Amino acid sequence: MSEREVVVEVNDLVKKFGDRTVLSGVNLKIYRGEICVIMGGSGCGKSTLLRHMIGNIKPTSGSVKLLGTDITDLYGPDLDELRKKIGMSFQSSALFDSMTVGENVSLPLKEHTRLEKSVIEIMLKMKLELVGLRGFEDLTPSELSGGMKKRVGLARAIAMDPEIIFYDEPTAGLDPIVASVIDKLIIDLGKKLQVTSVVVTHDMKSVMAIADRIVMLYEGKVLETGTPAEIQSSKNEMVQQFIKGDYDGPIKFFQQKDDYLETLTQ
Amino acid sequence: MGFSRKKTKNPIAAIGKTALSLKSDVTGALALLFDTVKWIVTGPFTRRSSQKGSIFHQMVFAGVESVIIVFFISLFTGIVIAMQSAYQLQQLGAVIYVAPMVSISMARELGPVFTALVVAGRVGSAISAELGTMKVSEQIEALETLAIDPVRFLVVPRFLALLIMVPCLTLMSNLVGILGGLIVGVFNLQINVFRYITFSFDMLTWKDVWTGLVKSGAFAIAISMISCYVGLNTTGGAEGVGKSTTRSVVVSFIMIVLIDCVLTGIFFFSNM
Repeated sequence: MSEREVVVEVNDLVKKFGDRTVLSGVNLKIYRGEICVIMGGSGCGKSTLLRHMIGNIKPTSGSVKLLGTDITDLYGPDLDELRKKIGMSFQSSALFDSMTVGENVSLPLKEHTRLEKSVIEIMLKMKLELVGLRGFEDLTPSELSGGMKKRVGLARAIAMDPEIIFYDEPTAGLDPIVASVIDKLIIDLGKKLQVTSVVVTHDMKSVMAIADRIVMLYEGKVLETGTPAEIQSSKNEMVQQFIKGDYDGPIKFFQQKDDYLETLTQ
Repeated sequence: MGFSRKKTKNPIAAIGKTALSLKSDVTGALALLFDTVKWIVTGPFTRRSSQKGSIFHQMVFAGVESVIIVFFISLFTGIVIAMQSAYQLQQLGAVIYVAPMVSISMARELGPVFTALVVAGRVGSAISAELGTMKVSEQIEALETLAIDPVRFLVVPRFLALLIMVPCLTLMSNLVGILGGLIVGVFNLQINVFRYITFSFDMLTWKDVWTGLVKSGAFAIAISMISCYVGLNTTGGAEGVGKSTTRSVVVSFIMIVLIDCVLTGIFFFSNM
């Protein structure tokens, strides 16, 4: 493992929003070419961790390295140069409402390259073909279903042929069949384009289907790392509870910090 | 868990809070103006200037589609000033002075201010709502992740569109206001049409017109910067978008009147 190139490196990452600690010392390495899944319960800091990796949020302490460059204190044009080498698929797709599907996907090409219009048209068709949506160029995002929006978002993320693609909850809110389609797309893109994929999700079916390596996050810390097989045979009760989806176990759903009776009689 | 939000009941504290948020909006808008001007100046050299189509689209929305409302407001304003001033001037037997009264007050004051208020209400609110929705639905973050600067991509076209279109609308407002005065002058006060028109423009100096246009340019900057700043700093979903829209109009109105007061003072005390 150690001879493989590290593309994302997170060291002792701590993030506080006000007096609420979201990440409390995360250490993580992601290697070139793998599909790494970051999983964990809602609110455990998965999405926050992802946003640190792409430089959209700056840490309270600790550091983040992206493609060998320290992005902890990187802003403006320097950060933008690096961002051209990554793609991001958002939970809400985040398509631009005022543009058509075609304009959405070709926007990064128009903005960052000097390619001819006709070349961009061809590249647009290629990207849409990859996600199975060729011929939908002229629709607006409001005319698409949730799964189609996700796929257009994906096509936009791969428009610049990125080295790393980040996925924020790619299958959340989709029906099982569309979710499987997205999973297959993530695997295919990894193989076809030789890219590294970082997927944040809590969809266990999806995790086991796509992951080369799983990172389990709990209360702002890495609880366990391993291959799907290793995670499934984990001795850690919290990991087991999460995989099986038991409502009772070491992870408590109800986390009131004050006394119930006291609150009621206040 | 302890998520109760404190509501300010004390009226003085509430006023203080409003003033502080007003101040933060204005300083934020100034910082945004600095950033916007930087992009406009450096953009053409780094081959990263805004798309012309986008500026044109904004100009149509902000300018062309505001023509009707500006037309009616200016027409009736012109009629009202003519009637109100005629009421006074009749006692002096100087009704002909209704003509310059209307043209000068439209050019110096009412044309620029009313046009700016209309644009702030119609266009500024729309800008805030659009950018606010983009902010809360991750679209702004998506732009940043695609290495596209939101200021260059979204703010610069809106800024330029308003800076061009608001003075144009103001010029139109001035002319329509004079037309409104003319209707009263000709049909009610029995002044000859040609006499009314020549007297209107004879008494109107260049300074009256350009000071009005300078004002309208300043208003355009204020409206575009405040509405973009408030929109880009929206938080809290649909409710937040609603609040941003209201806030951008309120802050814009206050700033328009304030800037008008300051600029009028400068023009008044400098040599005239």
